[in-house]
Amino acid sequence: MEGHELLRMEGVGKSYFGNRVLSNVNFTLKKGQILGLVGENGAGKSTLMNILFGMPVIQETGGYEGKIFIDGNEVSFASPFEALEAGVGMVHQEFSLIPGFTAAENIVLNRESTKYNILVEAFGDRLKTLDRRKIRQRAEKAIETLNVDLHPDMSVSEMPVGHKQFTEIAREIDKERTRLLVLDEPTAVLTETEAAILLKSMKKLAGLGISIIFISHRLQEILDVCDTIIVLRDGEVVREFEPEKTDLMSIASAMVGRSIQGQSRRTQEDADRTSGDVVLTVEHLWVDMPGETVRDVNLEIHRGEIFGIGGLAGQGKLGIGNGIMGLYASGGTVTFDGRNVPLNDPMAPMSMGIAAVSEDRRGVGLLLEEPISWNIIFTTLQVQNRYLRPILGGLVRIRDAAAIRECAKHYIQALEIKCVSERQRVVELSGGNQQKICLAKAFALEPKLLFVAEPTRGIDVGAKKVVLDTLREYNRKNGTTIVMISSELEELRSICDRIAIVDEGRVAGILPATEPSTEFGLLMLGKVEKTRERVTA
Amino acid sequence: MKYTLREQISHFLVQYAVPIIFVLLSVFAIPLSRFSTQYLVQEMVARLARDSFLVLSLLIPIMAGMGLNFGMVLGAMAGEIGLIFITDWNVMGIQGMLLAMIISTPLAIFLGWMCGVILNKAKGREMVTSFILGFFMNGVYQLVVLYGFGNIIPIKNPALVLSRGFGIRNVTNLAGIRHCLDDLFSFNVMGITIPAATFLVIGAFCLFITWFSRTKLGQDMRAVGQDQEVSDSTGIPVERTRIISIVISTVLACYGQIIFLQNIGTMNTYNSHEQAGMFAIASLLVGGASVSRATIPNVFLGVILFHLMFVVSPMAGKYLIGEAQLGEFFRVFVSYGVIAIALVLYSWRRHKERERARRSLRGAA
Repeated sequence: MEGHELLRMEGVGKSYFGNRVLSNVNFTLKKGQILGLVGENGAGKSTLMNILFGMPVIQETGGYEGKIFIDGNEVSFASPFEALEAGVGMVHQEFSLIPGFTAAENIVLNRESTKYNILVEAFGDRLKTLDRRKIRQRAEKAIETLNVDLHPDMSVSEMPVGHKQFTEIAREIDKERTRLLVLDEPTAVLTETEAAILLKSMKKLAGLGISIIFISHRLQEILDVCDTIIVLRDGEVVREFEPEKTDLMSIASAMVGRSIQGQSRRTQEDADRTSGDVVLTVEHLWVDMPGETVRDVNLEIHRGEIFGIGGLAGQGKLGIGNGIMGLYASGGTVTFDGRNVPLNDPMAPMSMGIAAVSEDRRGVGLLLEEPISWNIIFTTLQVQNRYLRPILGGLVRIRDAAAIRECAKHYIQALEIKCVSERQRVVELSGGNQQKICLAKAFALEPKLLFVAEPTRGIDVGAKKVVLDTLREYNRKNGTTIVMISSELEELRSICDRIAIVDEGRVAGILPATEPSTEFGLLMLGKVEKTRERVTA
Repeated sequence: MKYTLREQISHFLVQYAVPIIFVLLSVFAIPLSRFSTQYLVQEMVARLARDSFLVLSLLIPIMAGMGLNFGMVLGAMAGEIGLIFITDWNVMGIQGMLLAMIISTPLAIFLGWMCGVILNKAKGREMVTSFILGFFMNGVYQLVVLYGFGNIIPIKNPALVLSRGFGIRNVTNLAGIRHCLDDLFSFNVMGITIPAATFLVIGAFCLFITWFSRTKLGQDMRAVGQDQEVSDSTGIPVERTRIISIVISTVLACYGQIIFLQNIGTMNTYNSHEQAGMFAIASLLVGGASVSRATIPNVFLGVILFHLMFVVSPMAGKYLIGEAQLGEFFRVFVSYGVIAIALVLYSWRRHKERERARRSLRGAA
């Protein structure tokens, strides 16, 4: 049966609301082969897998283009259950395990072996009792196939992350139909040794005739186990590699190299800039932000520069800004202008002249139901007590409506915010204009240091350029130090002076923005750091 | 992960804070009350027989992650309607009790199903929803019993009906079935009467719960209780499972209320069910259960500790301050207070545990 074609995709594409995220993807996967799928965040990997797995989100947004064949028959799954029926198993990045259950219980979840009893006649199959012995046997068998060290009676809540990952994979193996296994970043949470065990298990499974699609950011692993490697970039298959005939560098450059469109360009003047003394020092910062844990970050940011923080999603780059601003539990030392910044107190950094533009524009950044003017002055009013005027001889202070209106009008004009008037509710504005209001809100504080997180997320190309130009101009005119956090490397490279890349909650390296993008790509993929301190949960 | 002894002790104290407080209070109050040991033991045995079934009916929704089923009062109401009918028809003894159960079962199933459907629309806020639902159904119950009975639903026995000709009287005399289950089969040990038949029923119920948790349905309920999304993604019918758990709980609460009232012998037509819910939930929490976790030992420990306080505190208050009213006040204070404490402790504890789980993610700094 070796060499028999299991999965073929022909011209698969997808767009969400006119926004193309995937186009014309073609590949074939043979039985017992491992296919490596690599690409940056947003390259279309998840969308491709969602299509394959029949996730409801695909149907709800108008289906997909192209054809998928399994065993030469065209398939189109309307739900994950149909995909499971056809033998497609998927292990997601987020664990889908019941915490209070044992490994064995989770492996057989909703497919438990049961025993008959008389009450079944009256009340149906769900009153069958569980056959614990058989469940255990099945779990042991699956674990044995995986060839990992996992105790079937161990409770999931007490497991290290690696064991949870193994439990999930064991569940897919226990399903007898499984012929195609999709592993989405399975090694991201594993220690080196665990990852090595998993890679070995994968090869063993492939030897048993199960085909695997392996998604990973760790290129070395991909090179080690895969039979074919596909690189996705901006929704297209840019290259197909065979591992014997390639190396890390060429894969990395295929992943990150891209043409720049509609973004602001660097000028000679930018390159000649020199930065001042150190204004912000961060030492051993940890931040407990869910999904963006920062483990140990050390940084020095110079006065007047635009400092970029990049890295893949979930590696902790967002946590740095949010941690310093006191939004999540954090620890370590942060010094601003020679003074210590108290952590876990959102008021402290703001009163010291640090402002932030949140990545969560609609959640944290704006009061959606309130007018533009209020949004712009709200933080300033709270933090600096401006836009207030005393009445009753200073007993009470009320909002100074005239000053607020003036301020709002000023920023509407300066940032070219498209709106009816300063009294319009923010919820009615487009994403780009909402982002400008977030910027105006931060500018109104007249900060000495400004954190800007994902300023161009979810806004169109034209607005992106305006937002970036605004930031650059504000920096040039007022000498404000800006720390910009973004997932889009090219965007960072276009306006920053230096860029730090965060990987697994630590700074993997800091490079001048003029370095070629491959260098940054390698940092993101964790290739430069030699020793990695491991974390066990 | 290893914890120090200190951490373990504080973990234990947090886990069992409520029962520990009650044990300490009892140690303090029992000598003050001047009750004899024999009297207290007899009281506790009687109250165990009377209340355990009601409290046990709360376990299954907790297993399914729906918290404390304040909606159990719906079941209690169904049981009371059954009792009104058999009293009117003058069916006595154990037959009467069984008939009351048979009459009220379909009603309890319907109410439970309704409650379950509503709670599915209020996921994450089951407790407050079922609590208010209890108040709402209390209104419907009053409407039916106060105006429907004797008007639309014929009631022959004039002793049951208010003098105006319709509506059930405030107090319904259940002399016909009084102690019929308790006395079916009982014996004396050292002067203490043990209602063995009732305990047999309770024992059978405990076995049922243990068996039930080993069925596929029980396993599904535990899964749904811990993570609805994961359960849903593996194909477990989440909503249906939740409805079933509430239906079972409501029907059992209905039986529990019938057992409770056969022991009391009179029924406070418009209040009995309200107290049933409040006291059962308070007992369970006193026994060390939480909103997400409750076991059979929690039930018995809780019933004993809660009712010990109940019996002892008025007398202790009387001898201590010369005011029996104080004990009465204490009862009410305790039953509401313990529910409030348990709810606060629960979210506080969950917060602590999350923090503890996340601590490992932090750096060495």
